[in-house]
Amino acid sequence: MSSEHHGPVAAVAARVRHVEALLEQRGLVDATELDQALEAFLTSASPANGARVVARAWVDPDFRSRLLANANAALPELGLSMGGGLQEQRLKVVENTDHTHNVIVCTLCSCYPLALLGPSPTWYKSESYRSRVVRTPREVLKEFGLMLDPSVEVTVWDSSAESRYMVLPRRPDGTDGLGEEQLAALVTRNGLIGVAAV
Amino acid sequence: MGEAFGPGDLVRTSHEDPQHHTRVPRYARGAVGTVVEAHGDYPLPDDRSRGLPAEPQPVYTVRFAARDLFGEGDHAVTVDVWQHHLRRVDRSEQESDE
Repeated sequence: MSSEHHGPVAAVAARVRHVEALLEQRGLVDATELDQALEAFLTSASPANGARVVARAWVDPDFRSRLLANANAALPELGLSMGGGLQEQRLKVVENTDHTHNVIVCTLCSCYPLALLGPSPTWYKSESYRSRVVRTPREVLKEFGLMLDPSVEVTVWDSSAESRYMVLPRRPDGTDGLGEEQLAALVTRNGLIGVAAV
Repeated sequence: MGEAFGPGDLVRTSHEDPQHHTRVPRYARGAVGTVVEAHGDYPLPDDRSRGLPAEPQPVYTVRFAARDLFGEGDHAVTVDVWQHHLRRVDRSEQESDE
């Protein structure tokens, strides 16, 4: 387990600022160009995106199949993508059922599908969550208020490489009459990480 | 580099505890799991972090029983592992281990 990385992060940030200054000095990038790219990405990155994906999967079984088979190919149907960085990141959507529950972590640092979930919550980056959820997920989920039946099989997905993960929660009972937008409003960021039911 | 493993294959992760950066989490070193799927090819971070040339190579999601990682727990943990850090495990070998 690596420790919290304040020191190295600060050093990398300083290096990035230096490289950025050099690129601007030599006229390779426009000073406002980078800011605009960052701003465009961050204003569009929000858990509302993940919620829209989930709601669509709940109402459209064919979309759900496409999403689970190849999430990157399905996202453009909703005008979304895992791009925004230097290269598009692979997204894997994992589905909760009556018998299975999924929860996401990055034990090494804080990898997370930013474009669909927005900036990650502080606890997601904490050493406590990262070390404990792989070992005792049921205990950790209980602390989040999620009590799983012992018969439900739990899988913890450690984002240790270049793929990012998102949970497709189970559609709550009694929501048959709701439309896609109303369903999306039920989905929380914690549900998309797997520390809440929805 | 081609894919050496497919879904359902039993694999063991590397035991190595290198001085340099590696993406095999400590808790999953030397553990036996089952390949879920391949992700595509990516440069090995162990090499990239040292400024060495890093040919892209397959990365796999490998599923482990918590019992095999921690000696307890009824859940499963999946870890994404570069091919370099995986060795095939013979099923008969695995059974005689138990």
